[in-house]
Amino acid sequence: MSETASETAAQRPAWWLRARFPEQPMLRHLSFVVLAGVGFYLLTSALSQYDNFRLGEIALYVTALAGLSVLTGANGQLSLGHGALMAVGAYTTALLMNHSHLNLVVEILAAIGASAVMGIVVGIPATRLKGPYLAGMTLILAVGLPLLADKYSSVFGGDQGLTTTQPSAPGSINPQEWLTWIEIAGALVTMLLLANLLRSRFGRAFRAVRDDEIAASLSGIHVARTKVIAFAVSAGCAGLAGAFLGISTGVVNTGEFPLSLSIGILAGMVLGGAGSLMGMWWGAVALVYLPDWATSISKSFNLGNGVSAYLATIIYGLVLIVVMMLAPSGIQGGLRLGATKLRTLLSGSGGANVTAQFQKPEEPVMATIGSRGTAGGDKREPGPGSERTDS
Amino acid sequence: MSLFVNVTLNGVANGMVFAAMALALVFIFRATSIVNFAQGAMAMFTTFIAFSLLDRGLGYWEAFAAALAIGLVLGAVVERILIRPLRGKPEINPVIVTIGLLIVLEGMAGSIWGNSARGFPPAFSQTGLKFGHTKVAFSHFDVFILGSVLAIMVATMALFRWTNLGLRMRASAFAPEVARLLGVRVGRILTLGWALAAVAGSLAGLLVAPTSSFSPYYMDLNLVFGFTAAVIGGLESPAGALVGGLITGLCVSYVGGYLGSSLQPLGALALLMVALMARPQGIFARPEARRV
Repeated sequence: MSETASETAAQRPAWWLRARFPEQPMLRHLSFVVLAGVGFYLLTSALSQYDNFRLGEIALYVTALAGLSVLTGANGQLSLGHGALMAVGAYTTALLMNHSHLNLVVEILAAIGASAVMGIVVGIPATRLKGPYLAGMTLILAVGLPLLADKYSSVFGGDQGLTTTQPSAPGSINPQEWLTWIEIAGALVTMLLLANLLRSRFGRAFRAVRDDEIAASLSGIHVARTKVIAFAVSAGCAGLAGAFLGISTGVVNTGEFPLSLSIGILAGMVLGGAGSLMGMWWGAVALVYLPDWATSISKSFNLGNGVSAYLATIIYGLVLIVVMMLAPSGIQGGLRLGATKLRTLLSGSGGANVTAQFQKPEEPVMATIGSRGTAGGDKREPGPGSERTDS
Repeated sequence: MSLFVNVTLNGVANGMVFAAMALALVFIFRATSIVNFAQGAMAMFTTFIAFSLLDRGLGYWEAFAAALAIGLVLGAVVERILIRPLRGKPEINPVIVTIGLLIVLEGMAGSIWGNSARGFPPAFSQTGLKFGHTKVAFSHFDVFILGSVLAIMVATMALFRWTNLGLRMRASAFAPEVARLLGVRVGRILTLGWALAAVAGSLAGLLVAPTSSFSPYYMDLNLVFGFTAAVIGGLESPAGALVGGLITGLCVSYVGGYLGSSLQPLGALALLMVALMARPQGIFARPEARRV
């Protein structure tokens, strides 16, 4: 400590090695968002119409992935039904567009609300027991909800679906660019709110429940309520993403929300790094571009039509397996590790201590999937799940 | 009235299949606290292998036995390669791995056998039995379903209750550390548990294939119903799986018969929600004691 304090300016590493975002969470997150917003504004004006559409898709998937990342990474719950929750948001928006003349913001807020309510309805029974009940129930939702829309085709439009209208852009702005901005704004605001949520009382409660439910409840945390809140927040994010998806594709039908969408979202989240928010951008890029990459891979290896139709699906599955087995903290976890090593390397052996001082303490959320209870391959977690009465 | 009888009989036959799926899930859950979401896809894959063997001219029962045997091996391989390395990690990690396996298997089956629905032949006639002059919706094949699932249930209960191996399996699930100290090869027991579970799953896959549109996704719904059955039964005991399967089968069949088959999954979801709110520990579970 005293060494660091007595260090002269000459001994300290260059300013660009010491440059950090503000320590205060709100300021820190806000400066991230403002920087990202400016960057995206410049990017959209440089991109073509089609690339702007893809960028908007990335932004909407980031919204859904970030919600799932909070649920899985911070709260330790698993959802296989985020595609279905996106469908709830998309259909809510489309129904409001077709039957009322509300403001777009109101329609989108209604979509978020409807998905969050759906999350609460499914989430409450799932919290009655510890275990992967939410995963199973949301799986049923993902399988069953599209069938419901087919059954009541007079309301939901059946196979044809419902049409949506793109918001009209003010002035001479390109409508696609305008929509992309809206989607990016949605993604950035979602990330800002989630980042603040994770640093708040709620975020700490999420993590406490994930790590040990009994200890959390002894500390005065209402375990069931915390889990339901986490799932409702996550579902709301999916609803927002669904609303954007419905608006940007111009039509909402059941074919857009198959079970594979839900599992793809899970794969994107795991790839980006469960619990991280920044990592969701990697996951979303993979989700949007993977079908294209899969097609070109199967073309260049002459895999034939039979395989190429399924290659993207198989890759999603392999991502889930490989990331979970080899690098449970995903791309963002790897990048964070690399950045830490690079900083240590750049600042030399003498500077290593200083770097460690300036380094923000690792957020406990970020890489916890897989880092818990790693001691001894055979040792079972002495968690609440392992004490069961035999029947 | 005849609709009610037929729907009920259909529900019993379906319930038996769900019970076999639930048994597979229970086998794995009580040993490792993992819900194997790939159970349905594994069964789908072995049933498609049986389908290919039948196509090559192999006899029905040979193909049937081959599918069960391949299921046994597949279950053991999955546990050994994908699940064992994740022991000691949070339970959510292996669960995510099983979801990955689910879509890898579906994608592989799609690229090998195509997406279109085919017909899988039944073991026995599927025309309804006649009692006097009235024909009921319960065929010779349904009798076979009932008999084979009851047989595997009885065999499982006998295994757990009366055999040395069953005792070791219970010990490994209940207290793995103590079991290991007493000389039980816990790792092997877990592999065996996954293998036996996959056999039960494969049986469900073979039994339900003739009555469903046989595509790579045909087990998705059966996994969902099997999960519902397993949770209602408490995810702990074979008897719970059987009763849970029957309840789920009847409920799903009534929803399908009176409201339309597209509402069946949501019917199962509603059943599951009611069951979790009313009796979260399952119908057969005793009060649970937890040590802090």
